[in-house]
Amino acid sequence: MADLTTNFLGITTPNPFWLASAPPTDKEYNVRRAFEAGWGGVVWKTLGEEGPPIVNVNGPRYGAVWGADRRLLALNNIELITDRPLQTNLDEIARVKKDYPDRAIIVSLMVPCTEESWKAILPRVAETGADGIELNFGCPHGMSERGMGSAVGQVPEYIEMVTRWCKENYDKPVIVKLTPNITDIRYPARAAKAGGADAVSLINTVSSITSVDLDDFCPEPAIDGKGSHGGLCGPAVKPMALNMVAEIARDAETAGLPISGIGGVTTWRDAAEFMALGAGNVQVCTAAMTYGFKVVQEMISGLSDWMDQKGYESTDQFIGKAVPNVTDWQYLNLNFVTKARIDQESCIKCGRCYAACEDTSHQAIWMKEGRVFEVNDAECVACNLCINVCPVEDCITMERMEAGQTDPRTGRVVSDDYANWTMHPNNPAAQAAE
Amino acid sequence: MAHTIRTPGIVAGRLAEDVLAENFSDLHPPLDAHEAHVAADRCYFCHDAPCITACPTDIDIPLFIRQITTGTPLAAGKTILEQNILGGMCARVCPTETLCEEACVREMAEGKPVEIGRLQRFATDALMAHGPQPFSRAAATGKSVAVVGAGPAGLACAHRLAMHGHNVVIYEKRDKPGGLNEYGIASYKTVNGFAQAEVDWLLDIGGIDIRYGQALGHDVTLDQLSDAHDAVFLGIGKTGVNRLDGFDLDGIRPAVDFIADLRQTDDLSTLPVGRHVVVIGGGMTAVDAAVQSRLLGAESVTIVYRRAQSEMPASRYEQDLATSKGVTLVFNAQPVSANGAGAVESVTFEYTATNGSGLKGTGERFDLPADQVFLAIGQVLEDAPDALTRKGAALAADAGHRTSLANVWAGGDCSAEGEDLTVTAVAQGRDAAEAIHKSLMGEGGPANG
Ligand SMILES: Cc1cc2nc3c(=O)[nH]c(=O)nc-3n(C[C@H](O)[C@H](O)[C@H](O)COP(=O)(O)OP(=O)(O)OC[C@H]3O[C@@H](n4cnc5c(N)ncnc54)[C@H](O)[C@@H]3O)c2cc1C
Ligand SMILES: Cc1cc2nc3c(=O)[nH]c(=O)nc-3n(C[C@H](O)[C@H](O)[C@H](O)COP(=O)(O)O)c2cc1C
Ligand code: SF4
Ligand code: SF4
Ligand code: SF4
Repeated sequence: MADLTTNFLGITTPNPFWLASAPPTDKEYNVRRAFEAGWGGVVWKTLGEEGPPIVNVNGPRYGAVWGADRRLLALNNIELITDRPLQTNLDEIARVKKDYPDRAIIVSLMVPCTEESWKAILPRVAETGADGIELNFGCPHGMSERGMGSAVGQVPEYIEMVTRWCKENYDKPVIVKLTPNITDIRYPARAAKAGGADAVSLINTVSSITSVDLDDFCPEPAIDGKGSHGGLCGPAVKPMALNMVAEIARDAETAGLPISGIGGVTTWRDAAEFMALGAGNVQVCTAAMTYGFKVVQEMISGLSDWMDQKGYESTDQFIGKAVPNVTDWQYLNLNFVTKARIDQESCIKCGRCYAACEDTSHQAIWMKEGRVFEVNDAECVACNLCINVCPVEDCITMERMEAGQTDPRTGRVVSDDYANWTMHPNNPAAQAAE
Repeated sequence: MAHTIRTPGIVAGRLAEDVLAENFSDLHPPLDAHEAHVAADRCYFCHDAPCITACPTDIDIPLFIRQITTGTPLAAGKTILEQNILGGMCARVCPTETLCEEACVREMAEGKPVEIGRLQRFATDALMAHGPQPFSRAAATGKSVAVVGAGPAGLACAHRLAMHGHNVVIYEKRDKPGGLNEYGIASYKTVNGFAQAEVDWLLDIGGIDIRYGQALGHDVTLDQLSDAHDAVFLGIGKTGVNRLDGFDLDGIRPAVDFIADLRQTDDLSTLPVGRHVVVIGGGMTAVDAAVQSRLLGAESVTIVYRRAQSEMPASRYEQDLATSKGVTLVFNAQPVSANGAGAVESVTFEYTATNGSGLKGTGERFDLPADQVFLAIGQVLEDAPDALTRKGAALAADAGHRTSLANVWAGGDCSAEGEDLTVTAVAQGRDAAEAIHKSLMGEGGPANG
């Protein structure tokens, strides 16, 4: 079994699976049980400043998106940061950390955007012996109305400023947690780096309305006939999160900045994908909230199995391995010509590929006598849609045309030279360069 | 072949070879990868899952199913085999309808449980096809344990002891390992020589020496074993059979003998079976003998059970399997006499009823034609050392499977704690090995020998 020990910012944990700041990490009772179940670390549920505790709604705080068999695809919440007294949380953090020196405890923080507020809380966090802090600049509901959370995370200058205060007043690693509710994730990441952040973590939840009750005309979850947008998380947000992680990993300005990947991590494979795109570890919330702490056992066994199969002895051998392969569209090889191929043996003759291609794509699939479906190479642009809609795995595949063959669609001989848009004759910029 | 299903008497070759091959193929064909994913996707990953509690070997079912869902069937196989080294056989033979699948929350919700047994087979098949077993031996302890019987209980015990670094010698009276996996289980539950392949795979761990043709009480004694080894485990099953007075005409035999012949033949078309077969009994053995007689080409097969259907030990699923193969089930009837000159020709039964004090004949009788009669009225302990205390007709053992002798443990069918299930035998063999290990290593008991 491969060794999953992972070093993130000098914090070594037995595996790269941490619980994200959220209800699973809101108290000592949970965190102890999470560690017993095998989680490598936790980011404690976000703490606010000293004073009267936060007040949450007293009606439902979650909405959901389900698959047909009630598989939870996404969760949305309108919960605020911890509603327990600051000192209670700090005492508990200190106790748990003492008992679990080999696991990470990161303290998530969100206090008003003034230097005094940060200066007041940081020494108290330092006393707990926690391994670092995470600045919650992500929460998209409630706290943002009070000038915190994503209200800070959406303004790069604030991110940089607060990060700098924290670096000046706290010795251990400072992780900046980013909100996805912005147009270009690279700006907040660059700001975090400029402020001296040791790492960024992303994503926090995506502003969302999961559904509308069509009898009461109210978004869910409904609180006395009204609803407010919440933050979406779970499997459905993973594609967005992966892209944002990759954007930061390959941005020249932030390249090398450690990343903790968050957003829809549900299985070992999700984790491996985040890590391949540059995340040094992952954080998990919804999967634990759906399946309980035990779900980490599958993540551990799956990741170590895969590493064994691939011959990786430690996680840093594959972290970031996919980053060099994420590029801009303009650099994709236009001489890479493929055609769809339908395997008649496995085809069940449903006609979905035909409907998709005939109605919405390139009319490149023939429906012949006896419901035989075949690809017309003279029309197939290799868009992949037929593969995506075919219910039978591997029934349709993409086959690369070899160099020297003539593409019947374009009449051009396929070349194995690499040629992208920047070199293409139709590109005015390319022609100008000539 | 000149014979048909209507040829009188007990003859071989009633059916064409291709029909026989079809009849004796896999009862539940294996799931392919796509089917396994769809089946696995139905599992809710329940907390403190009731299916785990219902599995005698406590397999972490939600975890292994999730491992299938996430594309790691080898990890799933390991999760299963860590608890149940014969998880491959159990996946095929467990009456899941009364074990894990009965407890599945989706059985309660929809009457359609997650297909745990078939998923277990998918994962264990994948792991076994992948190569050697994922378990290895701990550093040698220098201790030696005798295991008597190479059935599920003995094999599970031996494997766990080997994992702990002990040397194991298995004394087996037959010339093949597997116990009833090899000689008892219905053919269509374990096709293609799976039983032997599984034993070979299991023994690969090393440190287990099997001596065949060594019957306890005949070729070796308990005293000799106690002298030569640090501990003894008995997994001798129940190899004796109950007989019926007056039922000794030709054509009458124990069902288990017929089944053993059937399991051992390499050519089903040479196996004789009656035209009219009567099976007396109500357990899994009765069902297996009856169904396989039909599959061999018997024209009529009737199981006669002396009590009501609701009391039949074979599960409803097994009963339905029998009727689906054309077996007739008769309840509330007890055998009175076997009739015939030399060879049996018919059996006389009397209907029964229960009144407060027990089962009574009603006086009403009927005859069933029979060229062949199988008795499936229970197996009994045989050759167990007299020095060991009995509980009922089986060996008494404590919660740690220790018998009345401090250096002797027992599990599986021979133990009073056994349940006549493969999976229970595996669980007890494994747990006894843990208890023996603790005892030998000086934890929680005296080290013997
Ligand atoms: C016809 C039939 C069908 C069955 N079908 C199912 C089923 O579908 N599912 C299920 O879960 N269970 C089934 N069972 C029950 C299951 O097979 C047994 O519960 C299980 O095999 C018990 O395992 P064991 O190791 O205790 O005994 P056994 O499997 O009986 O193994 C005992 C071993 O000890 C050896 N032995 C016996 N005496 C001696 C001696 N004196 N010295 C040395 N060796 C000795 C035997 O040769 C044998 O190898 C069936 C049983 C029968 C008879
Ligand atoms: C109910 C709930 C409360 C959350 N509270 C916080 C919080 O206090 N601080 C924080 O940084 N993130 C919070 N999050 C966001 C998660 O930490 C995480 O970023 C997000 O759920 C995406 O990960 P996932 O898809 O694994 O759930 C919360 C999420 C949920 C569902
Ligand atoms: S979608 Fe797939 S299965 Fe259906 S007709 Fe097309 S190739 Fe065949
Ligand atoms: S061993 Fe048998 S009872 Fe246990 S989970 Fe597998 S099939 Fe179910
Ligand atoms: S009870 Fe059924 S649904 Fe629940 S964990 Fe077990 S197999 Fe899955």
